[in-house]
Amino acid sequence: MKYKTLIGLEIHVELMTKSKLFCGCSTEFGGEANTHCCPVCLGLPGALPVINKKAVEYCIKAGLAFNCNIAKITKMDRKNYFYPDLVKGYQISQYDVPICSGGYVEIESEDKPKKIRLIRIHVEEDTGKSIHSEKGETLMDFNRSGVPLIEIVTEPDMNSPEEARSFLEKLKATLRYIEVSDCKMEEGSLRCDVNINVVEESTGKKSKIIEMKNINSFKGVVKALEYEEKRHRELLSQGKDTVRETRRWDEIRNETVVMRRKEGVSDYRYFPEPDLVKMEIKGEWIENIRKNFPELPQEKKERFMQEYGLPEYDSEVLTGTKELADFFEKTSKYVDDYKQVSNWIMGDILRRLKDEDMQIEDIRFNPMEFAELLNMVNKGEVGNNIGKKVLKEMFETGQSPKDIVRDKGLIQMNDEEEIKDIVNTVITQNPQSVADFKNGKNRAIGFLVGQVMKKTKGKANPQIVNKLILEIIKAK
Amino acid sequence: MISKEEVKHIAELSRLKFNEEEIEDFTRKFSEVLEYVEKLKEVDTEKAEPMYEVNSLIQLMREDKVKESIPKEDTLLNAPDKEFGYFKLPKVVE
Amino acid sequence: MKQLKIIEISAKELAERIKSKEISSEEVIKAYFERIEEAEEKVDAFITLTKEDALKSAKKTDEKISRGEKLGAIEGVPVAIKDNIVTKGIKTTCASKILENFIPPYNATVVDKIKNEGGIIIGKTNMDEFAMGSSTENSRFKNTKNPYDLSRVPGGSSGGSAAAVASLEAPLALGSETGGSVRQPASFCGVVGIKPTYGLVSRYGLIAFASSLDQIGTLGRNVEDCAFILNVISGYDDKDSTSVNMVKKDYMKYLSEDIKGMKIALPKEYFGEGVDKNISERIRESARAFEKLGATIEEVSLPYTQYALPCYYLIATSEASSNLARFDGIRYGYRAKDYSDINELYINTRSQGFGEEVKRRIMLGTYSLSSGYYDAYYKKAQKVRGLLKKDFDKIFEKYDLILSPTSPTLPFRIGERLDDPVSMYMADVLTVSVNLTGCCAISVPCGYIENLPVGLQLIGNRFNEEKILRAAYAFEKNSGTEKILPDLRGEENEI
Repeated sequence: MKYKTLIGLEIHVELMTKSKLFCGCSTEFGGEANTHCCPVCLGLPGALPVINKKAVEYCIKAGLAFNCNIAKITKMDRKNYFYPDLVKGYQISQYDVPICSGGYVEIESEDKPKKIRLIRIHVEEDTGKSIHSEKGETLMDFNRSGVPLIEIVTEPDMNSPEEARSFLEKLKATLRYIEVSDCKMEEGSLRCDVNINVVEESTGKKSKIIEMKNINSFKGVVKALEYEEKRHRELLSQGKDTVRETRRWDEIRNETVVMRRKEGVSDYRYFPEPDLVKMEIKGEWIENIRKNFPELPQEKKERFMQEYGLPEYDSEVLTGTKELADFFEKTSKYVDDYKQVSNWIMGDILRRLKDEDMQIEDIRFNPMEFAELLNMVNKGEVGNNIGKKVLKEMFETGQSPKDIVRDKGLIQMNDEEEIKDIVNTVITQNPQSVADFKNGKNRAIGFLVGQVMKKTKGKANPQIVNKLILEIIKAK
Repeated sequence: MISKEEVKHIAELSRLKFNEEEIEDFTRKFSEVLEYVEKLKEVDTEKAEPMYEVNSLIQLMREDKVKESIPKEDTLLNAPDKEFGYFKLPKVVE
Repeated sequence: MKQLKIIEISAKELAERIKSKEISSEEVIKAYFERIEEAEEKVDAFITLTKEDALKSAKKTDEKISRGEKLGAIEGVPVAIKDNIVTKGIKTTCASKILENFIPPYNATVVDKIKNEGGIIIGKTNMDEFAMGSSTENSRFKNTKNPYDLSRVPGGSSGGSAAAVASLEAPLALGSETGGSVRQPASFCGVVGIKPTYGLVSRYGLIAFASSLDQIGTLGRNVEDCAFILNVISGYDDKDSTSVNMVKKDYMKYLSEDIKGMKIALPKEYFGEGVDKNISERIRESARAFEKLGATIEEVSLPYTQYALPCYYLIATSEASSNLARFDGIRYGYRAKDYSDINELYINTRSQGFGEEVKRRIMLGTYSLSSGYYDAYYKKAQKVRGLLKKDFDKIFEKYDLILSPTSPTLPFRIGERLDDPVSMYMADVLTVSVNLTGCCAISVPCGYIENLPVGLQLIGNRFNEEKILRAAYAFEKNSGTEKILPDLRGEENEI
């Protein structure tokens, strides 16, 4: 039996505005509890909301990046429900006239482009946060209450957990590119709820949709979806069905677990927010935003191929995130050989970042210093291998390459006379290798070069060493 | 006349409760009020647009500037229960 | 002219005499608190009195005056504030148990404005709980009595403010309106009350009942005083998104201009059955006074009038059910002692903290917005609201003002309507259309029937406060209506 998986996502993204959606409190992450609050975001009696223009702008920006329709006239609505982290007993959100509708995110699936359609993107306020004490009490912090969010809802166009992951990666990269959010799932600035069910292709029988919440990483999303996909298929193949419910992903047990079921279907009693009035999104404003749009990943990739003459693969990798692309470009201002820059970034730097689970923004040296190192290698001041060692030091200490080379005495030995002495010593000490070489074993040279490098702690210029060894042996 | 069950359901949505004594009297008065507002059904509103706002204003939006928050003491001033600078509650079921 | 006691001087006059150093601010505050001490045990208009703070402010004012510093428009004048308007550091309760110990950490915009102009807050006045009521009997703490007959209600929900002004406990007071809560008590207590156009006065700091209807209004002993303080509190506020950004007007400026040629409409539906015949008659008499002053009176029809009250009750309660959801015992206010989990905390806190009328309105509002009922109730009511507004727009195309009684009955006895909510709601039948359409209106005393005050209502189109003020002022000065101060002690005083 063949099954088709249907996955839809509902993503909440915290916007990178300086102040909250309806008041001037700071949105800065990690402040002392309850220090970024005011009557408005605390829901004190008598307080009133005033909407943040930048938040609306960021929502429009996201809509433009994903090819959505932007509403000309829109409004906010009240979504009424009781929960301790919801200070007013209602959330100011958008109901029937979201700022953005339609649109799509393009991903690659099985090496082909695929459009994942969006239903809508709207703006709404975030709630406070709760933590649990050991005594089993709940402690509430309202710093996050009122922070602006956009909610992005997709059609169930994703047909595999991998596609869901690609979608999330593309979404994140794009939103970071247009500087609307930093999308850090670990900090909660990107939250994802997933909906999944499975269709038996021959009979058309569908399993009931399962909703999953509180997953805190893209990896978690994939694992949870894989688990559920399997569970739905198994149940259907046994002639059974899933129960429509909300589950959460248990990382430790590697399975999904039913969350406490909510009493009945929620009746949010939506009605237009009477403390706010209609918003107009004029064509002028949209055009202005479009004009000042930063370069999107696709454009940047093409430009890299053109401007820097890089192959498609390199360009794709280097434009993976805006920060990486910026790092490449800043370095390339000072280095002529763009391919060299690309190779070093794609090889040494990205490998290190992956091992340490770091981002390019976290490294301790800047593009200028990186460029300095590359130029030192190009000029022959340090050998290529030494250069890699220097890079390692730079990662660890953040020192400039010039300082590291000086401190550790790593300057490449280019003086032929100096090298000649050492070559002579090595040749004298290794008559067998010399004999081997003379007998046609060309590889013996490598051994001799290695010995010279060892004696010079890698500092001797390898080309010169090679040349001199050949000269001296031939002369013998 | 609205039923006691419906009254109980609305009470639940409103996070209110009525004990057995109260619910009789409440249901009666509530029904009277409901009956009174039913009068609106007489009006022909086929072609009418709902008027949610009287002044037809277009929203003036705020610049994204940070304004000083109120001091933590003021935020927690009226907290019925607090600890370590947080509002305190009995455990909330997720 | 008989020498007036300090408490008998009008607010505007008081401000002038303080400025000219005829009286000191401290004298004024002391005089008023003396009066409050006398009258309060009979009237019970205040929930909180702020004598210490008021005396401190008075001393500061006197120092400012002696140093020749620039003074505010109402420097040294005492003002009473309805207890649903937040005052920083001063308990603000909405006459509810759920806020019985709530101390706001901020001031309402109107309070800041009053203080910036030198006004001195003397206390917070009693009201119907969360402004829901027409008699102030729904206060969880006390009943305020009508100064003209202590067995009767002062009206509501701003009953405390109206009674305080009427009994000379304050020269000025702020109240709030959602369906007539400034005008109706003004009428019951024989004082002047203004309901400004929706959006003219900032709602920031007014504890919300119905967001699309609420407005803060002013109460005073005469029209000029009401205009005087309206000047201080009106104006655009960027903290209130429904506040209107327009050029600020001076409401005192053209007050005494004549009203020759003004066209006044008398809607027949406001004089029909349900309105006390004596009251109707009194208003029609008063209409003749306007004619003598050069205005023309014509009878008109406002056909949707009978639907205004049910329309109001659906919209107001729907918005209220949502506005009152924040009272949950979590961040402030009353929290029940008995609960085993969060749901019980909510339910017990709200059930114990809210009074019966409040609960009833929350329930009605929730019902009206709930799934399956939204279109038939809330949305329908908003449509009827639109039709009502069209009614008024048509009238104002032809007429300058609408004249009617403020209240369909004389002040009723305490306890008389408590068991019949619909009969209580009827008290608002002549006032709610103004709130629904966002218009402005004023209630002005037009004499007494059976020794009880009667008020007449002038309604103006949105942002036409100057017109209603001018007409009310002209009537006040020329109608020959005598003013009788309320008899709290069995003595009669005449001005």
